[in-house]
Amino acid sequence: MPEQMFFAMEVILNGLMAGVLYALVALGFVLIFKASGIFNFAQGVMALFAAMTFVGIQNGQVPFSHLINAVFGTHIHYFGWEVHSILAIILTIGVMILLAWAVQAFVFRHLVGQEPIILFMATIGLAYLLEGVADLMWGSEIKKLDVCLAEGTCLPQGMNLAFDEFSARVFDQPFGMFIDNLDITATIIAILLVTALVMFSQYTKQGRAMRAVADDHQAALSVGVSLNYIWILVWSVAGFVALVAGIMWGAKSGVQFSLSLIALKALPVLMLGGFTSIPGAIVGGLIIGVGEKLFEFAIGPMIGGATENWFAYVLALIFLVFRPQGLFGEKIIERV
Amino acid sequence: MFYREAGDFSTTYPQDSQTFPIRFDRYRYYVVLAVALLVLPFVMTDYLVNSIFLPFLIYAIAAIGLNILTGYCGQVSLGTGGFMAVGAYACYKLMTAFPDVNIFFHVILAGGITALVGTAFGLPSLRIKGFYLAVATLAAQFFLVWLFNKVSWFYNYSASGQINAPERTVFGVPVTGANTDAWATYLFCLVFTVGAALLARNLTRGAVGRQWMAIRDMDIAAEIIGVNPLKAKLTAFAVSSFFVGVSGALFFAVYLGAVEVGEVFGITKSFLVLFMIIIGGLGSIFGSFAGAAFLVVLPVVLKIVGVDMLGWPTDIVAHFQLVIVGALIIVFLRYEPHGIAQLWRVAKEKLRLWPFPH
Repeated sequence: MPEQMFFAMEVILNGLMAGVLYALVALGFVLIFKASGIFNFAQGVMALFAAMTFVGIQNGQVPFSHLINAVFGTHIHYFGWEVHSILAIILTIGVMILLAWAVQAFVFRHLVGQEPIILFMATIGLAYLLEGVADLMWGSEIKKLDVCLAEGTCLPQGMNLAFDEFSARVFDQPFGMFIDNLDITATIIAILLVTALVMFSQYTKQGRAMRAVADDHQAALSVGVSLNYIWILVWSVAGFVALVAGIMWGAKSGVQFSLSLIALKALPVLMLGGFTSIPGAIVGGLIIGVGEKLFEFAIGPMIGGATENWFAYVLALIFLVFRPQGLFGEKIIERV
Repeated sequence: MFYREAGDFSTTYPQDSQTFPIRFDRYRYYVVLAVALLVLPFVMTDYLVNSIFLPFLIYAIAAIGLNILTGYCGQVSLGTGGFMAVGAYACYKLMTAFPDVNIFFHVILAGGITALVGTAFGLPSLRIKGFYLAVATLAAQFFLVWLFNKVSWFYNYSASGQINAPERTVFGVPVTGANTDAWATYLFCLVFTVGAALLARNLTRGAVGRQWMAIRDMDIAAEIIGVNPLKAKLTAFAVSSFFVGVSGALFFAVYLGAVEVGEVFGITKSFLVLFMIIIGGLGSIFGSFAGAAFLVVLPVVLKIVGVDMLGWPTDIVAHFQLVIVGALIIVFLRYEPHGIAQLWRVAKEKLRLWPFPH
């Protein structure tokens, strides 16, 4: 097997892994869009907020400590304890549910029936607000994120040696393929998450109600489904998905502002897959992940590199011109 | 008391269809113009011009441009930063390639070039609608910034990758470069801002403006009554990009002087201008000014209150600014979706009947 082919395969594999992470963020978008027609631009900032809250709770940071210190001239920073990862995850989920309630109670309850584009702009405002609150609460410096279930069993990082050796032997190369352990874990967790979401929406009462609301608001309302409750539920689930995405991205590259930019990367994923389809989000994520890595590998060096910044958008743009509803989206029917 | 049409008779059609039909309104407009042209240049200081007036005037042009596209034609764009970069780089290339031509024409030409680029990126809008289009304009934003970063022809192969505005004069007075006077740069930008506002106001009152609004309100219905969506949407993109390009050129040449594209014309700039028109008022020229003024003055006020008076660290004040801007967007969308311009309209209605509202 020629060397170029071997490298290309490695690029494709890494692209698939990156695509899984994009799909994780895109999943949160799809959930909210299906249930309430809100295109939630703040999903990426929610991931950032969740990851920061998780790290903050884990390290026993005092919330708003910078602000308190600035106002009262004190010097408090930490409570002085460390919280176990699982407990921290549970507490963060609690915070995300609280956030879901607040978003519903103060913002979107009052915007029901507005045009979709107004709702979209409201979520941009929400993104700014949430980012400011996250920075005020936990400080804006880059934080390291570790998830440890017990002493010594943390989220694995670094190269997967077994796969490295295996691929070197199979393809008869001096070096194997580089795959990050974290990416493998992320893939497994993503598969578990999607399975859990599908089970939840197929087999539980709340899941059925969620699907009913997604199908037809008014019909669901008329058979006694509480829209308000379902919307809070959906935002909570999206918050949970954001937490998972935030932990994965945070473990990969540290918890920092650029985390919220992955939300922007999730947008072309959605456009490709269609706003209303969970499988679409996953397939779209994989296509974008593989596409941008391959393009950077094959054509990037010729035109100056760093094409990953825009390739996904341009691909989605070209794709949309031919199929405006995305790969798996429902056909857009317009009436006067 | 003053603001009413009673006793104000129109005897000709041009009188009836003028921009400010009410006499008090008209005089108010003349007074504002006179103050801006004849009084402010004499009291202008470097601090005032750099922290408030130049950004206000330049952002007002960009906001008018985006308002034409988003507020009047209903096409949400997140690519404003990218189009401003096109204006800036076009202006730079023209300034260095034709040093003898007056900078005034360079700025106009830069707007024209941006209009061409904007029209090209507007083409997909014929098939893509709503947020699909909003996301598609992100392609313009990221692609253009990348292009200006990577292709060294655009920054004349300079080692730093920056573009620097050389000194250019208007009537012998320098308006770009290092040795400018506050009043000169202020007046230079003011001319463009007033021109842009006049042009935009009259375009949106005319046939093409009515077509844009028809497309915004319901594009299929507009098509059925004979509005050509291809023409309407592309003219909106072209006119909007023209204004955005002019503002980008001024932002680079007059205001900053040196530009690194990723920092200055990034995605945050696109959001900033979008926020200006949401807070100011979608579909209103006055709203573009109000929103630009608000978002230019807010950080200055916050800095004075937070850093200078309360003595807080600058990063906390910056975070507060994010919170306030985000919360304001939500508050405006919730209580007054038409922004400051609508508050102004309501106030005018009240004034008309004041002090006897019945």
